Amino acid sequence: MAEVKLLATWPSPFYYRVVWALKSKGIAYEFIEEDLANKSPLLLQYNPVHKKIPVLIHGGKPICESMIILEYIEEIWPKNSLLPNDPYEKAVARFWIKFADDKSPEIWRVFRSVGEEQEKAAKDSLEMLKTIEEHALGEKKFFGGDKIGMVGIAFGQLAQWLQVIEDVTGVKLLEASEFPRLQRWINNFKQVPVINENLPDYDQMFAFFKGRRQMLLASK
Amino acid sequence: MAAKEEVKLLGFWVSPFVLRVEWALKIKGVKYEYIEEDIFNKSTLLTELNPVHKKVPVLVHDGKAIGESFVILEYVDETWKQNPLLPQDPYQRAMARFWAKFAEEKIFEGAWTALCSQGEQKQKALQQTREAMEKIEEQLQGKQQFFGGESIGYLDIILGWISHYLTVWEEVGSMEIIDPAKFPATMAWINRFLKHPVIQGTLPPREKMLVYFHQRSKELGSTSHGWLRV
Repeated sequence: MAEVKLLATWPSPFYYRVVWALKSKGIAYEFIEEDLANKSPLLLQYNPVHKKIPVLIHGGKPICESMIILEYIEEIWPKNSLLPNDPYEKAVARFWIKFADDKSPEIWRVFRSVGEEQEKAAKDSLEMLKTIEEHALGEKKFFGGDKIGMVGIAFGQLAQWLQVIEDVTGVKLLEASEFPRLQRWINNFKQVPVINENLPDYDQMFAFFKGRRQMLLASK
Repeated sequence: MAAKEEVKLLGFWVSPFVLRVEWALKIKGVKYEYIEEDIFNKSTLLTELNPVHKKVPVLVHDGKAIGESFVILEYVDETWKQNPLLPQDPYQRAMARFWAKFAEEKIFEGAWTALCSQGEQKQKALQQTREAMEKIEEQLQGKQQFFGGESIGYLDIILGWISHYLTVWEEVGSMEIIDPAKFPATMAWINRFLKHPVIQGTLPPREKMLVYFHQRSKELGSTSHGWLRV
């Protein structure tokens, strides 16, 4: 069995996407912590194009970009599958995965900005949440089914990181009363054992992101 | 062979995203009905079939609708197995998907931003696009035919817009992104791509494109954000 290593940084939500996928399939891996303020030769060698984490290294070969890593994991280790078998259902899943990747950065714009820019980012974030609430979730327990899959993992940032962003910035985005389906999904998602056992500690995350925001504001 | 399989494609004559799907279907020999959509006057059909984005392309197969060109390409590849678009090996597939995402984010977005903006923003976008194209040039060096090998594959389809749209955008935007002397591998790939029988006859007329993008870049240049791509 070729060796699996994961080059990443706590508390990146992209790192956790890969962790959840690996753990749900019972794949053993070695975690290598990267210091993004002081990028290692390893990172520069394995992700020369973006110099970002996470990077999955399987048998010495690097794969970059979290959702591309997840598709790779799914193909190499099909057990406990994270994507539907049916090609149409799979296409629907990939549609929402792309939506998650394209739109989730809005919540980070709320985190990084102030004033008018933050207001715009908050507006865009709310539109994203509305779309998920109205079109993506349906009545099932998780996106598309009774167990978590790649779509849920793709939206995982909303399950904990969103709350940290709200608490650090004071900008409330997800009111449970306005987004009942999304709130229910978050509660269900966080109770799934593989997620529950692999979430960053909330207080530590809050302290970390509070510090980051202070640094960002000071530099403006 | 499956019984009656209806394939429809909702498109817009100048959309490079729609072209991707047409090329994929043609490579696979899949018959489809093309439905032209006026994206500035969206039909109820479009808003019903793609309620989330209300955009083209939308592929409708046996009554079920799929949006987003990247997603449609993967669906087409999985549903019709002849002439595979993505490599068979999982690592090579990951590489193809990586470069497709890279090209979309850095080259397509960069070139489009450069087209629709001015001054410092334009220069920054041009710089990003050129640097990204250099990485594609590296990937193409040593390739005999296409990214997909002997035949056109997924990455060729994703990047194919460059062969026909880039010089139009360069002309409309009074800018140079690819200096032919500095991108020999890319130029050779472009020439092979344009000569390929599947591609011939699919490209929108250049003169019409010049008029269209001239107008669009002026309209979009006067707003500050929220650009509709194409």
